[in-house]
Amino acid sequence: METFSLLAHGFAVALTPLNIALLLLGCFAGTLIGALPGLGPVNGVAILIPLTFAFGFDATSSLILLSSVYFGCMYGGRISSILLNIPGDEPAVMTTLDGYPMAQQGRAADALAISGVASFFGATVAVIGLTLFAPMLARMAIYFGPADYFALYILAFITIGGIAGVDPRKTLISALLGLMIATMGLDPISGIPRYTFDNYHLYDGIDAIVALVGLFAISEILMLLEKAAKDRAKPIGIDSWIPDFRTIWTTKWAILRGSVVGFVAGVLPGAGASLGSVMSYSMEKQASDKDDTFGKGDPRGVAAPEAGNNAASGGALIPMLSLGVPGSGTTAVMLAMLISLNVQPGPLLFERQPDLVWGLVASLYLGNVALLILNLPMIGIFSRLMMVPTWALMPIVAAVSFVGVFSISNSTFDLELMIIFGVLGYLLRKLDVSLVPLVLGLLLGGDMERNLRRAMSISDGDWGVLIASPISVTLYVLTVLFLGLSIWLTMRDHKRMQSRTMEG
Amino acid sequence: MKIFNTTSAAVGLAMTAMVTVAAPASATECIAPSNPGGGWDFTCRTIGRILSDLDLVEGNVQITNMPGGVGAVTYAMVANERPGDADLIVATSTVGITQIAQGRYPAPIDAMRYLAMLGADVGVIAVDDESPIESLAQLTEMMAADPGSLVTAGSSGAGGWDHIRLLMVAREGGLENLGDLRWVQFDGGTDAVTQMMGGQIDVVSTDMGEIAGFVESGDIRILAALSDEPIPAFPDIPTAISQGIDVTGYNWRGLYTGGDVSDEDYAAWVERLETLYNSENWQTAAVEFGLVPIWRGGDDFEAYVREQEEVMAQISRDIGIIE
Repeated sequence: METFSLLAHGFAVALTPLNIALLLLGCFAGTLIGALPGLGPVNGVAILIPLTFAFGFDATSSLILLSSVYFGCMYGGRISSILLNIPGDEPAVMTTLDGYPMAQQGRAADALAISGVASFFGATVAVIGLTLFAPMLARMAIYFGPADYFALYILAFITIGGIAGVDPRKTLISALLGLMIATMGLDPISGIPRYTFDNYHLYDGIDAIVALVGLFAISEILMLLEKAAKDRAKPIGIDSWIPDFRTIWTTKWAILRGSVVGFVAGVLPGAGASLGSVMSYSMEKQASDKDDTFGKGDPRGVAAPEAGNNAASGGALIPMLSLGVPGSGTTAVMLAMLISLNVQPGPLLFERQPDLVWGLVASLYLGNVALLILNLPMIGIFSRLMMVPTWALMPIVAAVSFVGVFSISNSTFDLELMIIFGVLGYLLRKLDVSLVPLVLGLLLGGDMERNLRRAMSISDGDWGVLIASPISVTLYVLTVLFLGLSIWLTMRDHKRMQSRTMEG
Repeated sequence: MKIFNTTSAAVGLAMTAMVTVAAPASATECIAPSNPGGGWDFTCRTIGRILSDLDLVEGNVQITNMPGGVGAVTYAMVANERPGDADLIVATSTVGITQIAQGRYPAPIDAMRYLAMLGADVGVIAVDDESPIESLAQLTEMMAADPGSLVTAGSSGAGGWDHIRLLMVAREGGLENLGDLRWVQFDGGTDAVTQMMGGQIDVVSTDMGEIAGFVESGDIRILAALSDEPIPAFPDIPTAISQGIDVTGYNWRGLYTGGDVSDEDYAAWVERLETLYNSENWQTAAVEFGLVPIWRGGDDFEAYVREQEEVMAQISRDIGIIE
């Protein structure tokens, strides 16, 4: 019961006029920033930090503003994924898989509505989890050692096989390319430069956002250029500007499952939203892709990762607040801001700064509702974007991509890198190689490698450490079950196909 | 159709405006060789703000983030393009000197003129509150007698500052072959501490600022602070020196300027920074960020930086990070 009185107090803090105004501003700005390719929550939050200092907001108000930007970005990231096949931020990659096909089929409004509702539920599940279990979950998360993280990434990677592409060999090549790119830069364990070609710009490795914008946005422009040279592309029609609520209802289980999976991924420090959306998508595909509709515009394929990435973002606040361990790049920036406002995140934060913690929690509830209300009416406007002819749309996409990437580091090198990735993406798409495994390798590969090597440093080179903890063993068992299930499903479908051909 | 194009264009423009949060033009520039949010960014933003608050410079100080190569990109740029620009200051810290010591910057240490350090995060050696290791003496004995029995960790990689200062302690305590001690890298001090609480590792060497919350909550025990004097916020924690281990391990925050800046301009900067250091504004801001204000400026600081680089290079050679 104590929790509820604390939460009630939190609402009293969050409902001051200044905090409400900051909340709405943050949600709106976040949605816009998230929607633009290249600009993700890290940039959004980093851009607004000087603003909070300039106006002299206290820690609670600053944190409310930054968190609503963070949540807003998670909502916004899906818009360009669905409409343009360009992920607005890292976790939104999974949303392109079914969201873009849906938009191509004229169901952009449905896809946007589903993703909005799924985001709402995912984030709400996370905030409820944060309200009820934050300190307890944080205490449990510390028992997750490097070997366990490695097992978790193995599970994520094994499920990729089921995600993308017809030809498993191409999926493998794509994933390996991603893993290779993830090894570039100064090796964090030993500090030795790897694949940097003596270029200092490559010492920090490849920024995932730069690669992502290149692979998706620039290659999309190249594809369209080629198409336009052959025949003038016609804008895609839209069946309806009003989403069909029955379709949304059919995704309820996907949303629920995605929220839970995403939340768990978010609570683990260092896993974060990308892993959350990947796991949610692949689990959902395993659970409900009976007719092989995933990847071709299945509403559940939009619902699960959107619920997952929003739940993970909320979950990531748990280790940030109660342990001071950032679960993602964005929470790392928020953490730095808190420290500079003389707030020490960590085990005592909940006791010492109840105003801040519970004010934030309450504002997350309010922010979610605000985002849903803000986003649903905008569906009509956004889906009309599909009617903008490509000759007008693509230059804008190109301009926004360049501005977005340049704003990350003020470096022209990143622009060149983005173009290189654009050409790479174009070539791979021409060869019918799915880009998604590559992106996953790039996003998750670094952490996977680091955790493997940490585990090996701890054990002094004994591989037995990888199966020494009950957590990792459980994860490997799950991985094997997953593999078995997908092989069995493939064989069954194969047999059915055969028997159908025989009958035919 | 037209309307939508204009709308999107307007949105794009609005975003561009937001991204380049326009600072009024000014002569002085501080480059933080990292993304916004980290320690170097804090150094530039705080020092920049106080410089203009105290009217030590004209107008506002322009803050530029130039990430890349743990500072190497900025180092190369200053060395090649702006070695004589007296209006440019660049944030650096122990991390930058480690990179130079290990030959990972495009120019040697004397390519720049080091102005001053204004504060430092103090290194500490921590164990879990339930650890059998009770004192620094007990730890150094264990490290010297059976280095393989301990797993140590911190926020830097092998050969990084967290690792090196632990090795300095271990060597002082009698460990001969520095490479025998196991070291695990984590992404931050708190990551390492939570892994220690989870029982994965035995000892953490990192900055105090980030992990202070765990000390206050009693989850971890600090065996030694690697500073000359006890940390003001934790006067009860003994220094390593007071326990007979003569090692300090500051992670200082400071600034450099181009190597061709004239003696006059260099002296003017050192004086300005000393005024800033002595101001109430800096003393408060530094403490709020978890730093202990410490001043070393001018030639004194140049000598300190070079000595630190040598120690780092030597230990890096001993553990095989460089040849």
